[in-house]
Amino acid sequence: MMPKLYGLLKYSAILLWSAFVVAPFLWALTTSFKTANGVTGGPTYIPWLQYEPSLTGWRSLFGGAGGIDIVKPYLNSIVVTGSASAISLVLGTLAAYGLSRFDYRVGPAKNADVLFFFISQRIMPPIVLAIPFFLMLQFLGLLDSLLGLILVYIALLLPIAVWVMIDFFNNIPRQIDEMAMLDGCTPFGAFFRVILPNSLPGIIVAGLFCIIFGWNDFFFAFTLTFTDAQLLPVAVVALNSSVTPWWSLSASALISVAPLVLIAFLVERFLSRGNLAGAIR
Amino acid sequence: MNGSGFRAYKLAFLLPGLLILLAIILFPLIFTIRVSFSSWDAITPGLNNAGGINYVKLFGDVRYWQSLGRLSLMAVGTVLLQYLLGLGLALLVWREVKLRRFFRVLFLVPMMTTPVVMSVVWRTIFHESLGPANDLLGMVGLGPFQWLTSASTAIVSVMIVEVWQWTPFMFLLLLAGLLSLPREPYLAAAIDGAGPIRTFFNVTLPLLAPVSIGALIIRLIEASKIMETVYVLTSGGPGTATETTGYYIYIRGLRDFEIGYASALSITYLVIMIVALTIIAKLLVKVFIGERT
Repeated sequence: MMPKLYGLLKYSAILLWSAFVVAPFLWALTTSFKTANGVTGGPTYIPWLQYEPSLTGWRSLFGGAGGIDIVKPYLNSIVVTGSASAISLVLGTLAAYGLSRFDYRVGPAKNADVLFFFISQRIMPPIVLAIPFFLMLQFLGLLDSLLGLILVYIALLLPIAVWVMIDFFNNIPRQIDEMAMLDGCTPFGAFFRVILPNSLPGIIVAGLFCIIFGWNDFFFAFTLTFTDAQLLPVAVVALNSSVTPWWSLSASALISVAPLVLIAFLVERFLSRGNLAGAIR
Repeated sequence: MNGSGFRAYKLAFLLPGLLILLAIILFPLIFTIRVSFSSWDAITPGLNNAGGINYVKLFGDVRYWQSLGRLSLMAVGTVLLQYLLGLGLALLVWREVKLRRFFRVLFLVPMMTTPVVMSVVWRTIFHESLGPANDLLGMVGLGPFQWLTSASTAIVSVMIVEVWQWTPFMFLLLLAGLLSLPREPYLAAAIDGAGPIRTFFNVTLPLLAPVSIGALIIRLIEASKIMETVYVLTSGGPGTATETTGYYIYIRGLRDFEIGYASALSITYLVIMIVALTIIAKLLVKVFIGERT
């Protein structure tokens, strides 16, 4: 009796939370097929039965009436997130490997302090950097440009890459590098030929985290761009103003969060592997 | 290998990343500190020397201190909720559960989504007459609530969205911690005849302590920056009921263009956060690991 009751409670809890998780997506999905009539008549959920579905919302994303052209911000987001993540991943992996294997000494600072400097950048509230970034990019002529945003995003993502990778490298025994170097590899050779191929799960997790925080950032994209280099979240939030075209708003929301949700399901088996919180201490 | 060649390799690994981060972060930070001692605003832009007048002014800025209090409440409240929920969820899908790999990813989905974009959706959900929140709760006889237009509920609404968005991150960190626990203590507990509840409190929770502390600190760091959800959901309103520190500084700095004063506010904000988070981290270590160290 007891185990059965326990099982029932367990699955009810799982299903209840799952419902909470998917509810906003279902609501956005159904709203994206509505028109003004379907929205202003009060909340409805089931197409055909409660309202007449229409593709107006989805069409509006690609130059249709009353919407936005989402293609350009979409491409901008891909370029900025992709470049910044790739650069951060390369620099972060190298730095993390160095910090994991060698002893550094910069004045009084040692490895732990350098690592702390990297990771502590996450404490910085975006607003503290936004004003100087604005003036700095203006000075460099990079305001409202993709290149300017890529620079700023590297500062956001590099600490994440270092943080994920250092834990990963710390868990690879040092003897492996030492063996490779005894076999005549340089430190670079040992790293690229022996360690890196074995670090793929770590690199996938680090890359995913970079992409998540890059793709999902709003504040810098919002304060440092106007029109040319507008990124996806800024374009979607622009629909949030006065008049409410809920259908195009919902369609644009779904289309902008879809890629990362798909990636999450693809790399699922790597995700719960890294013990990230354990690495902090 | 000779010493200097090895040194070159060492530096080649660390320096590119370190120098680029220093270049991107350090200049803005030093610049902000310098600007905070000027009276740069929309009328007289430029660096002058105004001494510490901005710092004196902010001591009497009630709206600033209120926003800090509100932010602390929201950060600590949401992170504690996220910890309890995240731990509960991680325990639920830790072991023998059907479709456990599917549920593990499903639970992660909210943290993959763009906070501001989902906040836009949440805003439609919270709409008092056209949104589903009041409609669905009405079916079970609750509400209607003024989700975003009454001071006390607006802050709860923001917290609901934060919990929805970030419980998955807590869940991910705690699940990874659970999955890496050793098996031996559980065998020992089983041999001693400990039930599931005693095993949880005597084995799982203590073993998970380091991961718990790490996860709480990581989340508190991120939560100390709450502002984007506020911007989209309520714009800090009604009145200033949901205004967080970041959002208030944004208004003073990038909307009213009081660059000098906003810089002083940001530096103070940063220092307070670093001090507060350090103290919290020390306290957490004491609470969770306390007697044994």
